[in-house]
Amino acid sequence: MIKAQRAEGGTWLPFARRRAVRFLTSLWVLVTASFLMIHLIPGDPVRESLGLGAPPDVVEARRAALGLDEPLPVQYWNYLTGLFRGDLGTSLVSGTPIGDLIGDRLPATVRLAFLAFLFVVVVAVPVGVGMAILTKGGRRRGGELAFTSTSVVLAAIPEFLLAVGLVSVLAVQLNLFPVAGDDAPGSWVLPVLALATGPGAVLARIVRVELLSVLGNDFVRTARAKRLPARLVYLRHALPNAVTATLTLGGMMLATLVAGTVLVENVFAWPGLGSTIVGSIQQKDYPAVQGIVLVYGAGVLLVNLVVDVALALLDPRSTIREA
Amino acid sequence: MSELFFDRVSVRYGHHLAVDDVSLVVPHGQVVGLVGESGSGKSTLAATAVGLVPVTSGQVLVDGERDRRRRVQMVFQDPYSSLDPRMSIGGSIAEGMPRGVDKKAEVARLLELVNLDPGRASSLPARLSGGQRQRVALARALAGRPEVVIADEITSALDVSVQGAVLNLVRDLQRRLGLSMLFISHNLAVVRYVSDRIAVMKDGRIVEEGPAARVLAEPGHEYTRELLAAAPRRHARLEVS
Amino acid sequence: MRAALRSPVGLASAVLLALLVLLAVFAPMLWGDRAAAIDTDALQQGASAEHPLGTDQLGRDILFRVLVATRLTIGLALLATVIGVGTGLLLGSLPAVLPRWAARIVTSAVNIAVAFPGLLLALFFAVIFGTGTVGAVLAIAFAIAPSFARLTQTLTAGISGRDFIKAARVCGVGRFRLLVRHVLPNIAEPLVINATLAAGAALTSFAGLSFLGIGVQAPSYDWGRLLGEGLLRIYLSPASALGPALAVVLAGLAFNLFGEAAAAAAGGRRRWRGKPVPHHESTVDDPGDGLLTVRNLHVTFPGGITPVRGVSFTVHDGEMIGVVGESGSGKSLTALAVSRLVEHPGSVTADRLDFDGRPLRSIPDRDLGTRLAMVFQDPMTSFNPALRIGRQIAEVSEVHQGLSRGDALRKATDRLRAVRIPDPGRRAGQYPHEFSGGMRQRAMIAMGLMGEPKLVIADEPTTALDVTVQREVLKLLARIRTERSAAVLLISHDITVVAQTCDRVLVMYAGRIVEELPTDELFTAARHPYTTALLAAVPDLDTDRDAPLAVIPGRPPEPGEITAGCPFAPRCPLAEERCRTEEPELSALSDGHRVACWKSEKELALAATGGTR
Repeated sequence: MIKAQRAEGGTWLPFARRRAVRFLTSLWVLVTASFLMIHLIPGDPVRESLGLGAPPDVVEARRAALGLDEPLPVQYWNYLTGLFRGDLGTSLVSGTPIGDLIGDRLPATVRLAFLAFLFVVVVAVPVGVGMAILTKGGRRRGGELAFTSTSVVLAAIPEFLLAVGLVSVLAVQLNLFPVAGDDAPGSWVLPVLALATGPGAVLARIVRVELLSVLGNDFVRTARAKRLPARLVYLRHALPNAVTATLTLGGMMLATLVAGTVLVENVFAWPGLGSTIVGSIQQKDYPAVQGIVLVYGAGVLLVNLVVDVALALLDPRSTIREA
Repeated sequence: MSELFFDRVSVRYGHHLAVDDVSLVVPHGQVVGLVGESGSGKSTLAATAVGLVPVTSGQVLVDGERDRRRRVQMVFQDPYSSLDPRMSIGGSIAEGMPRGVDKKAEVARLLELVNLDPGRASSLPARLSGGQRQRVALARALAGRPEVVIADEITSALDVSVQGAVLNLVRDLQRRLGLSMLFISHNLAVVRYVSDRIAVMKDGRIVEEGPAARVLAEPGHEYTRELLAAAPRRHARLEVS
Repeated sequence: MRAALRSPVGLASAVLLALLVLLAVFAPMLWGDRAAAIDTDALQQGASAEHPLGTDQLGRDILFRVLVATRLTIGLALLATVIGVGTGLLLGSLPAVLPRWAARIVTSAVNIAVAFPGLLLALFFAVIFGTGTVGAVLAIAFAIAPSFARLTQTLTAGISGRDFIKAARVCGVGRFRLLVRHVLPNIAEPLVINATLAAGAALTSFAGLSFLGIGVQAPSYDWGRLLGEGLLRIYLSPASALGPALAVVLAGLAFNLFGEAAAAAAGGRRRWRGKPVPHHESTVDDPGDGLLTVRNLHVTFPGGITPVRGVSFTVHDGEMIGVVGESGSGKSLTALAVSRLVEHPGSVTADRLDFDGRPLRSIPDRDLGTRLAMVFQDPMTSFNPALRIGRQIAEVSEVHQGLSRGDALRKATDRLRAVRIPDPGRRAGQYPHEFSGGMRQRAMIAMGLMGEPKLVIADEPTTALDVTVQREVLKLLARIRTERSAAVLLISHDITVVAQTCDRVLVMYAGRIVEELPTDELFTAARHPYTTALLAAVPDLDTDRDAPLAVIPGRPPEPGEITAGCPFAPRCPLAEERCRTEEPELSALSDGHRVACWKSEKELALAATGGTR
């Protein structure tokens, strides 16, 4: 399948160019939004962060230190050039460089999100495929109902509530896992479960619905007319054609999962970016919030880019279709 | 007098020239049949006449005038998609009427004209069969009191046993109202049945145009001959080459 | 939406929603005082009979606080949803009325915003608007807006392509009226359903923000805030966290399930409903065994819908048989049934259904896959778009004839050459979208030639093709029949296509064969009123241009609409009382000519020659 693009290599370059342009535009919008964030806050962020009782000269000094007394275009320029040097500013609270703060906390978040995503894919895709095959053509109505309602219910429970439920039952009552932290291997189980369950339920449903709609296609009937064994009909003819939509939605889901870490980390006191950003918001440490929002946003954009490229590799027509 | 004139019309989509320098006249009160295969550009040409597709070059004139709003109306191929499912058929028909008309009476008159019960004006399209919907679409096109009607493959989505009734109606209305009509179809037999003149389109160009009898009896272009040979005939059997 | 109430899930969620509204209205009046009552004797208690969910750090009863918080929680969620959905609707429908450049800016802004998960957007806006109730409402509203705008845009784009929008534009309907009268009413249903789902999401996100301490601030409290407070004491009293958590989950579920039920009800509305039809016993007077012997074939779907009702015919070796009928006549389902391709929930029964001397159901896949070839209507969709043509053709020999991948591909190339596809070696390596319609249909036939087909079943093989291409494909089928002495069963709605190529014609109407006759006699000796009317109604190149076309009143019945009597009776000029009560059987008129009609041959002959033409 992947070799196909050679025959139509002409569509690849425009595709790559369009993708690059979209990624860079989105990135620019994100950077600008995070820069503007500090200026859109009503009132004076420095005064707010230092407290209303802070003497005016201290506030002024802090403003100057942050470069907030310069004209807006200059500040924007400084912000952009700072980003290129990897300088995200310094924390209003601790005075440490925000780059260091993020470097400290990011790995824990990435680990959590990656494990949860792995869990989602490994469990949800086979479940969705299995349910599609079992309930094809209105068979096993009971099973379908059970699957659909279970997945709707699981998908509707927000991750932080599931986290609370898991903590209170499995950690507090049964004492099977630690309540918080990421010290022991057992401490991974609950956060990953809390983060992965909802998206997993959504993905399983999507896989099932997509596969069912693919199974309704004419070419599946052709495959059956060739009297191919069921295994080949499903694996060779149906599944690859369900990948496109699954991957598209899977990418969106991964992005939601990244955002979900914020809440889950707070329940489990996970030492990642999520617990840091909430603390920073509460302490009004705006440069830190700005930096972390930027990192989250860039992560989401990166996920989208990877999904698009993967789609193009799997389904050569997608590079033409959207042109 | 109302004459539809495509004056050296071209339509370009990106690198693709869908309509290539086409000049065609639909004379007053006559039916010009436009045949061609899918992708030949015939529907694109039709769409330029009602302004749904902008021309890249050239112009479309009615009686020498460029402003042809309401004077040209169109009936579409798929009667299941050409009526708003949420609007009563009377409402759809009334939408195209000029101001100052007694809409209710006019809707009733038009429904009667296309052999439908005027009492059904308040029905939703879902309650009508394909043939009936196509009659409603005809009535809507006539509501604007057009001088030219464009019929784009109006029978190809219908069952064969219903198609005949719609063709009869189209012929009958055209004669009674003295309409000029551009009748588009891929089916040569259908075009032959309704048209006074026939134009043959291929790859965005009109390759032949003339009185129906002449084009069918003495086709001048190779492609017309090919179409004629391919059209099913009652007593001809397909020879196996 | 009303239909959603009919499903148990929809009803349950609606009841739950109603309960929530009642609580939101009345709980603060009834229990507001008790929820605020500070009891220094009962600080931070666990669950007890007196305080089922325990008490907080000021000794206030948590159960009452949860109940009273319903109003604020639901109210804020709905407020955020209304603002968000309204903004989204505005952003989504603006491009339809704005000038093109402005529309593009709005569209790309929405496209960028929609890439970010709602929670991130909410956090971003929460920072800008400041922590607190107002900030959180706006944050959640603006987080909902982009995805709603995108949904509106997608739905609008889907509707805008429909012909009724074009028709309205041709009629001179303006852009604004187009949006308000034609577009919005047709997308209202999915929008309302998604707004319900969005309300559920807003509720849980709001709880999330309050839980993180950046939503509702003390002394106000909603479920999220109660949850956050409860979590601090989860060791002491799990109930104080579980209570509000459960409330959020239940309320979120109620919105979600109601939305899902409404969506399911909207999607399933166009289901066939029909009355059960009595099964017919078809008498058969042809005892001979053919290559394909079909006796009293029925295809039934749940609900008693029987699109094929007692079809019997025989195909002999090397014969080319045409099956003609309009949509809903059951011709395609007959083709699928005799090739064992009817899928659940359809069920096939027959007194006899034999292929090649054996009952069809007992033939192993290997034999069927090599002896029975299928050609389908739409060559565009009948090939797997993700696999090369050569590979798809070769598959047959790999699976059924044990050929290696290379040998099978060589054979496939050879077969492509046999159906006269130029440069078959290169073509075999291409994907279906690189083939033209006619070539795809040839390739489909080539696929059937990988085995040694004794029967080719072609279901409307030329309907999707242009006339000149159509002729080539028909010629190819006829050639295969002579060169390989394979029988062909050609299904078509076009009687002229069948007349050109076949030896015998079966005319189907409403799930039955109404006439069977040799093609030579089709235009001269057809007797069934439906057949003769059909022949007169279809113009061909010899039709009299000055006479009106024959018209068959009414329309063919849908499979669910068939009642007692001859199904053609309502449209038949000859129909009499008996025709409306009893269905005639297919019986022999002469050798090789069978008709299902109560009228005598004389009456029919008179009607056929003197009547319509």
